[in-house]
Amino acid sequence: MFKYFEPNKIFSVTSKAPKYVLLLFIIVLSIGLAEALIFSPEDYKQSHSVRIMYVHVPAAWISLGIFSSITFLSIVGYIFKIRNFFLISKSLAPSGLVFNIVALVTGSIWGKPTWGTWWAWDARITSMLILVLFYIMYLVSWRIYENKDKVFKISTVITTLGIINVPIIRYSVDWWNTLHQPASINILSKSSIHVSMLVPLLIMTAAFALFSLLIFLMKYNTELIKIKNKGLDRL
Amino acid sequence: MINEIFLMNGYGLYVWSAFAFTLLSFVSLYLITRIQYVKEKNKFISKFGNLNSERAASAKSQSINREILSNISSI
Repeated sequence: MFKYFEPNKIFSVTSKAPKYVLLLFIIVLSIGLAEALIFSPEDYKQSHSVRIMYVHVPAAWISLGIFSSITFLSIVGYIFKIRNFFLISKSLAPSGLVFNIVALVTGSIWGKPTWGTWWAWDARITSMLILVLFYIMYLVSWRIYENKDKVFKISTVITTLGIINVPIIRYSVDWWNTLHQPASINILSKSSIHVSMLVPLLIMTAAFALFSLLIFLMKYNTELIKIKNKGLDRL
Repeated sequence: MINEIFLMNGYGLYVWSAFAFTLLSFVSLYLITRIQYVKEKNKFISKFGNLNSERAASAKSQSINREILSNISSI
């Protein structure tokens, strides 16, 4: 099955895909922005500040999703010695880091009118900040180590340690008494968010997912060309 | 209507700055990634141009190298 993931085979697809993903991203983002900023209603408690949710929540979801994917790919790649999984992980990380920073900054902007402060050492916010540090450590490990086997090992250790933080982020609002509100959307039980707010939230999530796919494809193609550049040196 | 969209009951500054920060982050990440991509591609084209005909033919036998050379203006 893994032979289908060989870079030589998928490059013909990954090199052509970005322009279509970019076009789709612009369309979905335009619809999402119109819904989030104009058509969705204001909240009865938080008024218009609730609109920050449409960038804050998708960014947090995607940064967590990307980190979980990186961990899974690193562990599987390390066990089965699939180098391409490390290349995919490395290409996913930059957008994961940016989404994590976006979630923290927009959360801070939301915090000022809602809680009266830009920052609080609250369990959810602190654990998200720790995730940023893991993303940075992961990306720095690729810059520091030249030896591929060493970087595969170190990056897998970093993601394996970092993944412990993911359930802490998810359940921090249930385990501790936090300033951060509990989750409004639950897959297993009824969500407390109204459909008029859920629809723009899901559209923005789709737009953000498309953006992370776009960056991943561009980064992955860059990494493949980098490898081929080294190959030309050896000819 | 326009005033309501911009001012948002006094929350406009917070809402617009959150959206502006997000979009600015997206544009920056896109540009940085694109610059890196173009740089590597140009490096590849330049290295390929310096190969002698025998090595160039050998390099061109790999489909991925042909793809890189044929997709010069992609993204």
